[in-house]
Amino acid sequence: MLSSNIKGVVNGFPLRIEAEKVVEKNVEMNGDFLKKMFEKIEWKAFVEASRGMGYTELPEEADASMLDSDEFLSRFHHALLELHLEEGALVCPETGRRFPVKKGIPNMLLHEDEV
Amino acid sequence: MSQNRVLTVNSAAQTLLDTLAENSFDDVSNKVVADFGCGCGTLGIAAALLSAEHVLSIDIDPESLEIASLNAEELELDMDFIQSNIMDLRWRGPIVDTVIMNPPFGTRKKGADLEFLSVAMKVASQAVYSLHKTSTRDHVKRAALRDFNARSAEVICELRYDVPKMYKFHKKKEVDIAVDLWRFVPASNQSRGI
Repeated sequence: MLSSNIKGVVNGFPLRIEAEKVVEKNVEMNGDFLKKMFEKIEWKAFVEASRGMGYTELPEEADASMLDSDEFLSRFHHALLELHLEEGALVCPETGRRFPVKKGIPNMLLHEDEV
Repeated sequence: MSQNRVLTVNSAAQTLLDTLAENSFDDVSNKVVADFGCGCGTLGIAAALLSAEHVLSIDIDPESLEIASLNAEELELDMDFIQSNIMDLRWRGPIVDTVIMNPPFGTRKKGADLEFLSVAMKVASQAVYSLHKTSTRDHVKRAALRDFNARSAEVICELRYDVPKMYKFHKKKEVDIAVDLWRFVPASNQSRGI
């Protein structure tokens, strides 16, 4: 997932996630890193992307004070780093163009007439 | 297939890796690192091994990406891969701290390395490590400072790069060229995103 929002790859933002297969991986939590990333991501888009992958435990709104909560941190960590879109697509919100995701790799190649 | 899955590191990339390992932990360790034109994944994998918090490796070629992701898997590294033309990438926000790259600087498409650099300087908020031909040093420096808004552009070392004959348009069997390893610092006040 983080293909679309941790990375913030955009063609029209945010890309909507169509998930066919999501995999979970265990990643060690790094609180300092999460705090840094929190400043960088757009929360609303992040919540939507997580939902697109079937994870609904993130609050609609979030501010930096919530980073003091272990529970919030672990949810944020899970959504950001442990959920991966393995098969599916990223869909441009403006045009509906689908960027397929296969084996966890989004294909963002444009056709000649899209460059 | 299996013989393809060997990490190939040419001497220039090796030097880049050594430099990162010895002097540049602050640009990699705990950072979000992007590898532009990752090929079989060497530089991004090195960044992951040097404890980058997250690595995004990008290439236009699906076979390279598949090999790269197998290499990462074999080393049990959790990395992300994206198939894209670097020039068509669109990002939102200051996500990437450091870009590392060994961009194409062949003679077929002149200036492809500078196109990569132009994008890298917009994406990275902390540093860009890149290899460019020594013969283009002045040009690279001017482009970085004047056109790409670099705060600094410094050659860390000069090295030899052996280019094996990989493409039909390569006329000689193997070419040995002088290459600079650069470290660029992007302007700090730029809003990130391309």
